[in-house]
Amino acid sequence: MTFAGFARNAAYAFGENRLTLVSVVILAALVLCAIFGPLIAPYDPLMTDGTARLVPPSAAHPFGTDALGRDILSRVIVAARLDLGMAVIAALLSFAVGLALGAIAGYFGGWPDRIISRVMDTIMAFPLFVLAMGIVAALGNSVLNVIIATVVINLPFYCRFARAEVNVRREQGFVEAARMGGNGAMPVLVNHIVPNILPPMMVQVSLNMGWAILNAAGLSFIGLGVRPPTPEWGIMVSEGASFIISGEWWTFVFPGAALVLAVFCFNLLGDGLRDLLDPKRRV
Amino acid sequence: MNTPRLEARALAKRYPVGNRRKGAMLHAVDDVDLVIQAGESVGLVGESGCGKSTLARLLARLIDPTSGTIFLDGEDTTALSQAAFVASPDRARIQVVFQDPTESLNPSFRVFRSIADPITRLLSIRDPAELSDRVHRAADLVGLPRELIQRYPHQLSGGQRARVGIARAIAVEPSLLILDEPTSALDVSVQAVILRLLADLRERLGMSYLFVSHDLNVVRLLCSRIVVMYLGRVVEVAPTEQLFTAPRHPYTQALVAAIPDPARRDEKRPRLDGSPRSPVDPDPDTCRFFGRCPIGTERCTQSAPTLEPVGDEHFAACHFTTVVSTERGDP
Repeated sequence: MTFAGFARNAAYAFGENRLTLVSVVILAALVLCAIFGPLIAPYDPLMTDGTARLVPPSAAHPFGTDALGRDILSRVIVAARLDLGMAVIAALLSFAVGLALGAIAGYFGGWPDRIISRVMDTIMAFPLFVLAMGIVAALGNSVLNVIIATVVINLPFYCRFARAEVNVRREQGFVEAARMGGNGAMPVLVNHIVPNILPPMMVQVSLNMGWAILNAAGLSFIGLGVRPPTPEWGIMVSEGASFIISGEWWTFVFPGAALVLAVFCFNLLGDGLRDLLDPKRRV
Repeated sequence: MNTPRLEARALAKRYPVGNRRKGAMLHAVDDVDLVIQAGESVGLVGESGCGKSTLARLLARLIDPTSGTIFLDGEDTTALSQAAFVASPDRARIQVVFQDPTESLNPSFRVFRSIADPITRLLSIRDPAELSDRVHRAADLVGLPRELIQRYPHQLSGGQRARVGIARAIAVEPSLLILDEPTSALDVSVQAVILRLLADLRERLGMSYLFVSHDLNVVRLLCSRIVVMYLGRVVEVAPTEQLFTAPRHPYTQALVAAIPDPARRDEKRPRLDGSPRSPVDPDPDTCRFFGRCPIGTERCTQSAPTLEPVGDEHFAACHFTTVVSTERGDP
């Protein structure tokens, strides 16, 4: 697909669905924060200020300050890089691995299918968040291990999805035609079947991305993964939670809102992506 | 005599069914011999489930036979397994036009890529200019307008998709084209156009055809020789006109009689009652047609008839071909 063709399709898909456009705008804002966060942020996110502790939202501090006098707006902005980064890497990794395993299981069947499916069933048998906690606790508290845990618990969804999608297409006429045209097993799978399951898979990625963000933030919230004073939405909500009773609402509302916004925009994006990638909707 | 383009000997395909331990086998194609000469057009007819599509897939090397051999221009292609045959240069020599043009086109490929993919794979042509040239030539041959080449299948009509399917098959210049009910998914008006196109292509490109169909009229139009299958076996082989005027096997007779004909409107026709015998573990000593056959006797349950010559180039598998022919007043 040429770039011009892609742009035309994108314009069409977004024109059809305004909500997608909204999600793209939010996502663009989040991505900008993730890339240029430290430059945009009005204050150093780690700078404490003993004279300005728990200041409510004001002109100087639009989102207020936390118990150590750090500017919450700056911390929310800078945290975007870590939160989105972890989610994107984890979602893409589990997408790639899940697609490969699921496609092999669905296409070849037999013992590869049995082994892969049983491993996925085993992962699914655990409460997933508890499994993620266990993985991080066992491997050690680090960003990398949070990503690994997120990949592992997301893997079954991609794998099962890919397996089911490949399975229904395996016997279709165009697959037989591809074999007729000299394609061996792998070329049939990679060049002929996988392009057809990408649109529904991308929707899955987008929906899953929101979940991956929540998972990473959730792990930080309970004290696993990222450690203070690193700005991260989950930690900020966790630190702010102790002020719920005393009424300093801005300490947890703003990082929480950032989380909600990110999850919301990825969920909306799923629909738009499907329209964009489905060849039947191409113009 | 020349080496036939394709020759199948004792070809069989059996599928295990039900409980594996009992070892019940479904005989989809049973002991079939078939010869297709260079430039010849052979029709393969039979009712649904008689194994004609399975036979077509066997001959096209899309599935491996349980036993038997297939010779392509005198070479044994069954020496290679289906998976190995895909990569061999012979793959381009037999191509198939599939039944449902919608299902057989990859929905995420543009027409160009659908036609170009077999060319790059089988003829190893990677040069973009030559590739594009070949795709356009194939599209021109089947009368597909060039502006449709950059479309997706869902943007084409049924007839246009059928043309793409044919273009894809002939683009690699096969010597044998197997047509698996290529018109059954099309409107009647489009059917006629596609059939004319196929007849025209055969003349221009000199390919052999194996035309699979359940519609005798369609086959009559295109083929010089017809093979009739019943329940996995060939029951009659005859030159087209002879098959229509003097069918020998009772099954063929019923088929021919069932063709609508306004001139015979009020005539009583022989009808086939009952349903076919089970293709699972059939009794090797009973004629497959016994039970539905209007002239079956006890002899048909004691030995199954084999294909015997009953005339010039005419073969039938029935104990009573002579009786049948005298009844019909043939010599």
